[in-house]
Amino acid sequence: MRDVAIVGTAQRPSQVETNLTSVELILPVIDEVITKVGIDRSEIGFWCHGSCDYMSGQPFSFVAAVDAIGAWPPIVESHVEADGALALYEAWVKIQTGECDIAVVFSNGKTTSGPIDRILTLQADPYTVAPLWPGFDAMSALQAQACLDSGVVTERAMAEVASRSLADAKTNAIAYAKGDHSVDELLARPYTVAPLRAHDCGLPVDGANAVVLAAGDAARRLAKRPAWIRGIDHRIDTQRLGARDLTESNSARVAAQHAGVGRDKVDVAELHAPYTHQELLLRSAVGLDANKTRINPSGGALVANPAMAAGLARFAEAAEAIFAGGADRAVAHCTSGPCLQQNLVCVMEGE
Amino acid sequence: MSAQSIGALSGDSFVAPLEVAYPYKRTVGTTLSRFFNSMIEGRLEGTRGSDGKVYCPPAEFDPITGAALTEWVTVGDEGTVSTWAWQSEPQPDQPLDRPFAWALITLDGADVPMLHAVDAGSIDRIGTGTRVKVRWAADRTGGITDIACFDLLEGARA
Amino acid sequence: MSEADGILRVRQPIGVQYRWSAGPNATSHLQGLIEGRLIGKRCPGCELVYFPPRNGVCPKCARILGADVEVGPRGTVTTFCIVNVPFLGQKVKIPYVAAQILLDGADISMQHLIQECEADEVRIGMRVEPVWKDRSEWGPTLESIAHFRPTGEPDVKLGSEAGAS
Ligand SMILES: [Zn+2]
Repeated sequence: MRDVAIVGTAQRPSQVETNLTSVELILPVIDEVITKVGIDRSEIGFWCHGSCDYMSGQPFSFVAAVDAIGAWPPIVESHVEADGALALYEAWVKIQTGECDIAVVFSNGKTTSGPIDRILTLQADPYTVAPLWPGFDAMSALQAQACLDSGVVTERAMAEVASRSLADAKTNAIAYAKGDHSVDELLARPYTVAPLRAHDCGLPVDGANAVVLAAGDAARRLAKRPAWIRGIDHRIDTQRLGARDLTESNSARVAAQHAGVGRDKVDVAELHAPYTHQELLLRSAVGLDANKTRINPSGGALVANPAMAAGLARFAEAAEAIFAGGADRAVAHCTSGPCLQQNLVCVMEGE
Repeated sequence: MSAQSIGALSGDSFVAPLEVAYPYKRTVGTTLSRFFNSMIEGRLEGTRGSDGKVYCPPAEFDPITGAALTEWVTVGDEGTVSTWAWQSEPQPDQPLDRPFAWALITLDGADVPMLHAVDAGSIDRIGTGTRVKVRWAADRTGGITDIACFDLLEGARA
Repeated sequence: MSEADGILRVRQPIGVQYRWSAGPNATSHLQGLIEGRLIGKRCPGCELVYFPPRNGVCPKCARILGADVEVGPRGTVTTFCIVNVPFLGQKVKIPYVAAQILLDGADISMQHLIQECEADEVRIGMRVEPVWKDRSEWGPTLESIAHFRPTGEPDVKLGSEAGAS
């Protein structure tokens, strides 16, 4: 295996609604990350993009997005119809094949162009679930209720996640929702889709981000303290909600084992949990002790959830914690699909 | 795809309402065809998984082993709620236009629950363990919406 | 639903309503079309003039486009096809000519209709000009122009640069 590290990141401050096109959203973060890392575009051997055409309302919008990266002279690029974190996984594999040493990964989520809860429902089974249009929040609420019934979470523990995330977001320029809200104050708020309240659900915003991956000596040249990827793994549970134990995340547990999370202490974990109960499930599945590991110091996806970019944002935040020296070992995680169906877990270390 | 209006300036950009709609016609395959055809006749059938569990709606392939599932089992039109959520503001195209519950419902004779709507009336009438019964759509054409929704059974809260 | 072979085919329409934004870098171009003017944008890097301004960026340089540039109104046909196929949503009677037109002063071509001549008279290099709809119908769309028609000027011999779009 080649040693591969994240050597730079850029994120666009979240906005609840922007008039920018996807291309206009992406271009500034690409420029920023390339400038920060100090590479010439000719050094970039691979570009990989994560986004969702259904969110843009434009078939093949990802093709137009190539305009943002300067495809002349011709470049090597790819796209995943998924979160940018899965584009990072593809880029990591590309570097492992030896075909390139430096890759740029980017993602954009314009969640406010359309009804995001309805759009994400299109991920559900097209024959027996999607025709009912249950909504992504409602499917997550079914999971939350199952967790409450089984006792693996409580409404108070869910509110504690929201309260902590909103407080942490105060020091994060990228975050949108932020502030001091006590658990009791949050619990007094009405349900949206019971048992979920508005603060239990990630706030849909428009956003974009980019990271640079580099191998071996290139990584050491480009960053003072690269965030070395020591393990990365992606697992999927069945799409059929009824056939899963919704009170745990089997795929996150297996991915964390294969990524080697438990081999040593974890200083910081950035978990992609668009719902409060999902952070609680993920902590347990990934094997994190909140007393020993700082969970989502960025505020996580609850305080800014640009769908399809919120997972890559977790990788950017975890890498920045390593760059700054605040963490020696960090976990980054991305989920996709209803009720934590897919999970990508990555362990990064500084030297 | 069509722009209903050519747009107007909003702040620094022109914006327009846009509807993207696809009139898909799906071929549902052999397993779901049998399931939907039996629903047209007012009957629910599932398939038995490799571990003996009965799936309704039927699984075409075992979610764990991937084996093709071919043993059919007729299940009941009553079942038990295994988890639920409350849709206080119904959205377009959902099964009911007044507040209702979403639920995972294990039909009698099945082991793996299905997702559908329960016309519970109010949030305090639904819970895990609640007994419910299929309300068939009057006009059935083949599809999961041939079940209009589920109704509460008498003494529904277990 | 049909059941010729026992296999159901079910109608499952999906639809989503969006608020579609053209982006701030397209505003002067679209505003121009409301006012009967053809406005493109110049790339501050390679200096190519884009009409229309695509997504507001130069894909060659990956830079946000810069100054507005008025182009046309006349232009040259860079390629064309004669449409004989009816399709859903067709607005023009077949056969008709859809052409790529390089407006004078622009560096990428745009697509529009060629009318007021027989389809078989249209050729690469032909000079054309826009025929605007009635002023009351102008909006932020290239449909403010009804079509293009021949000017009668001598044909232009196109260089390899003109085909690029
Ligand atoms: Zn340029």
